[in-house]
Amino acid sequence: MKHLSDDQLLLDHYDDGDDIEVADRHLTSCAECRSRLAAIEEGLKLVVAPSIPERGPDYGSEVWNRIRAELPELTPRQHWWLAIPRWTWAGAVAVLLVGVFLLGRYSSQKQSPINEATNAGTTTASPAQQVRERVLLLAVGDHLDRTQMLLMELSHASEPGEIDISGQRQRAVELANANRLYRTTAQNVGDPSIVTLLDELERVLLQLGHQPSRLTARDLKRIQDSIQSQGILFKVRVVRVNVRKESAQRSRTASSQKRGQTT
Amino acid sequence: MEMDDAAAVARVRSGDKDTFRLLVERHSQTIFRLAFRMMENEQDAEEVVQETFLRAYRALDGFESRANFGTWIYRIALNRCYDLLAQRKSRPTTQPQEDRDAPPAVDQIPTKNPSPERSLLSQEIEVRVRSAMEQLTTGERIAFVLRHYEGRSIEEIARALNVRPGLAKNRVHRAVKKLRQELQPLRTFR
Repeated sequence: MKHLSDDQLLLDHYDDGDDIEVADRHLTSCAECRSRLAAIEEGLKLVVAPSIPERGPDYGSEVWNRIRAELPELTPRQHWWLAIPRWTWAGAVAVLLVGVFLLGRYSSQKQSPINEATNAGTTTASPAQQVRERVLLLAVGDHLDRTQMLLMELSHASEPGEIDISGQRQRAVELANANRLYRTTAQNVGDPSIVTLLDELERVLLQLGHQPSRLTARDLKRIQDSIQSQGILFKVRVVRVNVRKESAQRSRTASSQKRGQTT
Repeated sequence: MEMDDAAAVARVRSGDKDTFRLLVERHSQTIFRLAFRMMENEQDAEEVVQETFLRAYRALDGFESRANFGTWIYRIALNRCYDLLAQRKSRPTTQPQEDRDAPPAVDQIPTKNPSPERSLLSQEIEVRVRSAMEQLTTGERIAFVLRHYEGRSIEEIARALNVRPGLAKNRVHRAVKKLRQELQPLRTFR
């Protein structure tokens, strides 16, 4: 007969777990497991909850009097947008940017046949399209900056015991949402290096977003190893530099074109 | 009609600081009980209560209106306990010798008119239990206290600590294992 493990016995003691009935059935027929359970319970009986010192009915008022002076005045909320958590703005900006980009792209495809004929045979993008692409490059550059900062923070984090990553986890979720939109847009523009990186980043960010808020040193090490083994930080750095260069180059070209038009 | 927590939170958010009093009065006892069970020390428990309400007030903007204020503030208190216990673990014991020798503030083993031997044994058990609790990691201690003293289920512990249920269960089990080992010698005297 297979006996119950200590863990199963403990679950039974605390009435936890899905196999309580199976464990109970086993216990009725197994004297050895019953005696082991009794030993666990005997040991736990020694651990008695500390008796809690009495607090009178005015305790709440006492606490209030102690803290009241330390509470800052809150500015009343007058505008509905102040009720929106700050982090959602990053996502909203990404949605707006991508929306404007796609809308512009869609409308430029519906240009008149005369314009189509004029543009036929040329590979130069229209000025509006160039502006949209520059805006996207800038936005992706900022997004990569923020992502790199998060990954570096996690890569260099070290705590002897547990570490609270709730802030980083929240940021990873926000970045993953924005990343999805940038990736979709980059796919439409057809820049394969950015698409590949954003695709990889999304997986990493989602993985981070699904972590518990407190990590053991071992779990943190596992994440750090995963970031390192994929070389993701290096890739982010390279693409980020390229994006910045490209963005600066396009700005310079746009400025010189503008100057050419005015002279 | 008495204002519920959600309405009180909304009032405070709109700038009515004094309505926070209602939330403090309503939840102080619960937070104190939790804090005392975690810290086993009145002074630390009071610090947790005070800090918890101050933090809650400052973080009120981040409180989701749909959430339960009681659960939210319970979690803030747990986090504060966690930090204080971790700090306490990382610094060397500075408690004076006479304090350590004094009878601990935990329940006596319930007996009527205990004999001097029985009292002595109870005190010995309490000292050992307290010392055994100190051997646990902060995570194990919190999970164990929530399970054993507070009667919370593994699911509830996992939610309160924001960890996976498997991890919460492991912490409770590791804590029990360590406590049993530490307290093993006492069982022969009972």
